[in-house]
Amino acid sequence: MSTYLIRNAQLLGGPAQDILIDGGVIRQIGAGLTAEAEVEIDATGLIALPGLVDLHTHLREPGREDAETVLTGTQAAAKGGYTAVHAMANTFPVADTAGVVEQVWRLGKESGYCDVQPVGAVTVGLEGKKLAELGAMHESAAGVRVFSDDGKCVDDAVIMRRALEYVKAFDGVVAQHAQEPRLTEGAQMNEGRVSGELGLGGWPAVAEEAIIARDVLLAAHVGSRLHVCHVSTAGSVEIIRWAKAKGWDVTAEVTPHHLLLTDELVRSYDPVYKVNPPLRTAEDVHALRKALADGTIDAVATDHAPHPAEDKDCEWAVAAMGMVGLETALSVVQQAMVDTGLLNWEGVADRMSHRPARIGRLVGHGRPVSVGEPANLVLFDPAYRGTVNPDSFATRSRNTPYRGLDLPGRVHATFLRGVATVLAGELVAPEELA
Amino acid sequence: MKRHLVSAADLSRDDALLILDTAEELAQLSGRAVKKLPTLRGRTVVNLFFEDSTRTKTSFEVAEKRLSADVINFAAKGSSVSKGESLKDTALTLQAMGADAVVIRHHASGAPARLAQSDWLHGSVINAGDGTHEHPTQALLDAFTMRRHLNPGLGNDLSGRRITIVGDVLHSRVARSNVLLLKTLGAQVTFVAPPTLLPIGIDSWPCEVSYDLDATLAKTDALMMLRVQRERMNAAFFPTEREYSRRYGMHGGRLARLPQHAIVMHPGPMVRGMEITAEVADSPRCTAVEQVANGVSIRMAVLYLLLGGATLADTPSTNQSEAAK
Amino acid sequence: MTTQNELPRPPHQVLDGADITRVITRIAHEIVERAKGAEDVVLLGIHTRGVHLARRLHARLTQITGREIPLGTLDITMYRDDLRLKPARALEHTDIPADGIDGRLVILVDDVLFSGRTVRAALDALGDIGRPRAVQLAVLVDRGHRELPIRADYVGKNLPTSLREAVQVRLADTDGQDAVLVGDRDHAAPSRSARHDSSSQALAADPIHPE
Repeated sequence: MSTYLIRNAQLLGGPAQDILIDGGVIRQIGAGLTAEAEVEIDATGLIALPGLVDLHTHLREPGREDAETVLTGTQAAAKGGYTAVHAMANTFPVADTAGVVEQVWRLGKESGYCDVQPVGAVTVGLEGKKLAELGAMHESAAGVRVFSDDGKCVDDAVIMRRALEYVKAFDGVVAQHAQEPRLTEGAQMNEGRVSGELGLGGWPAVAEEAIIARDVLLAAHVGSRLHVCHVSTAGSVEIIRWAKAKGWDVTAEVTPHHLLLTDELVRSYDPVYKVNPPLRTAEDVHALRKALADGTIDAVATDHAPHPAEDKDCEWAVAAMGMVGLETALSVVQQAMVDTGLLNWEGVADRMSHRPARIGRLVGHGRPVSVGEPANLVLFDPAYRGTVNPDSFATRSRNTPYRGLDLPGRVHATFLRGVATVLAGELVAPEELA
Repeated sequence: MKRHLVSAADLSRDDALLILDTAEELAQLSGRAVKKLPTLRGRTVVNLFFEDSTRTKTSFEVAEKRLSADVINFAAKGSSVSKGESLKDTALTLQAMGADAVVIRHHASGAPARLAQSDWLHGSVINAGDGTHEHPTQALLDAFTMRRHLNPGLGNDLSGRRITIVGDVLHSRVARSNVLLLKTLGAQVTFVAPPTLLPIGIDSWPCEVSYDLDATLAKTDALMMLRVQRERMNAAFFPTEREYSRRYGMHGGRLARLPQHAIVMHPGPMVRGMEITAEVADSPRCTAVEQVANGVSIRMAVLYLLLGGATLADTPSTNQSEAAK
Repeated sequence: MTTQNELPRPPHQVLDGADITRVITRIAHEIVERAKGAEDVVLLGIHTRGVHLARRLHARLTQITGREIPLGTLDITMYRDDLRLKPARALEHTDIPADGIDGRLVILVDDVLFSGRTVRAALDALGDIGRPRAVQLAVLVDRGHRELPIRADYVGKNLPTSLREAVQVRLADTDGQDAVLVGDRDHAAPSRSARHDSSSQALAADPIHPE
């Protein structure tokens, strides 16, 4: 394991300092450190942020290795500044048993680019009918604490209630994909002015909000923790704000794309903009930004959803839903939140590292950049301006809505427990991860 | 004119009038001994139909053949469920065959727009109906029919004419294309439907909305009935067929309350007894059959204007020779 | 060879209004003479100026014969061989007299006979409309330079020209005065606007930045 001396990095809420990383932890922080290190990095102009934590990543392995593998997904995560990701359960087979979650967990360990915390399915096969063996998944080597049927909604109120109650036994949390199924039959995009004009099946905001409203009431009733995945509407924000004001243990996430893009983009009929939940209106984008800024929404989660080219290179109706997002998340957040003055970099560290780590109960992640802490950190260059080029992505898929767009900022380096996974903006080769 | 006809919104007022006037001229052809023009000789037009539509396909095919185009009918089987060959692969195949234009009917809204924007093929794309999105040539033939009855004459538009469109607006590509084109031509459009069959956001469309057919009859110059598919009943859009017919169907009593000059239109196929009674459908004031005839002229006009002159497929000649005399 | 330095000559008049009227009268008489009283003649003017000339010829023939000669118009756009050199153009009105042209002597009327391609297109169009007994051609000006084996039966004026010259026919109906001018092709040539191939869907691809 190398030692790194990072020169002149901008620390949150303080002056530029040197950081010495040794033995996987942050050894020293100070001005003009004289320590010897094998690698010295000039971090002038770079911000040192705690390693980012994603609550919502689709790594696709096992089953859809043509879209992504744990290795390529964690490489993409590292390039995006992430040191831990939660791998969603909608794989083939579904991660609804201890065996599958352990397999994913082990693949993450082997990759070495980013910690992989598997998410367990709430119900067997994501079918919403029968609880999966939540306890067994928790007790497995993967130590699952976050459970989600993401991609599908746990729409049966009784099943949802039982799941919320059951995971209390091991401090788990149910992360709900809020989508009332009947109201979204045949839905293709946000229901509103644009869907009416385009003749695409509408996905009403109320289909999300009705489930969130029900779930916060259920969580309050049984005294459980609830996490709401990818909140996308202004109405959802209001419900969560109300639930939090009541003192209920509700947390929520928003994706980068819902902070930047609107359903007007669907006018192109380009399926790269097809995503679940759908892109909403400018009013929703405003409300989500405000909610993230004031803490009503706790976290930014990528919902990184890789798809092979053929699943997007087609007509809208048959295209797969989802966007890749790990490698652009921090830049999009800078554009939508920081450069607009809504959130400072301390806020970004809180919403993209501290709070998601706390929601997932991850140990060793989401910690401040200070002496004695595990050296999970990212050096980010906010002054960089570049055009998004999907061909440079580490993810195996190219379904980004930002192709050709100028976005601010770039990850310069990422450290996972003192090991550099990204240096000078490039992935470190697998054989050098040690 | 743009290179493709995907949406009625692609047409400026001048474009629309040029198409109507050209169609008016081409309509003469049907009375001639040789109903054929050599104009599109050597041009290849592919009718790419992912959805069965004998009427529209036949209409396009007649138009193409009257202009001497080489016609290829490419019936692409496959539904939104069964994947089969992708739209992209089909398009690449057609490109390889040298298609100068593709007339596409697709069950998915936006499929023609995808084709037009992609680099899968280089020919013109003509939307012959996509999902619940648009059907621009239908709107053109409707406008053509309306102009003949309400404001005949080359160069004339439909300004001030009151058009009432009744029925399943939510699922109607005809309604969407019509409201856009009629707005361009200066007409006033009123949609009449039960609230369940109107799309969210219709308040931003350039039209009036009413739930009451009887209240709009007297203020109507052309009444267009949209087909209501029976399966909508099962999705709770309205309680029963009988109730729908009573509230929104066109019958003799309502016909009598239309102004004398007003016409009743239907894009077909009609569901007699549902949205229109036989008495109205067979009355001389119903233009349904005339619309079909006008469809050929309109489609000839569109094909001629998109393909008759220089197209991207032609090597652009830098030194355009003066019109040879 | 044209040298670039040579200034194009401005157009000069070769026929004035009175000349044109005289020429039309002469052609009318020739038609009556050669067509044995013009019993079965149908006049078809080719758009645009041929239509006006045909109308004048028709008026003169009516005067001479005391009979109404069938008059029509022919738009040959759809039969042109140079359609693909320009964007599709608007159609003019084709108006065939009610009794048709079958078995008739059709006299096509145009302003200038040049390459012969317009007449070729008009003959094709006629073939689709009916079967005339015979087809003849009347033109105001024959400027030579034929590219097809076509000749006129009635010529107002034979006008030897060079290819760098342009012949301009002006008629009161469209141009405010009657005149035939010859000048250099490049003189005040109207600029040909480049063909615009606007792509269909120039839609907003930019994400919104609400701030």
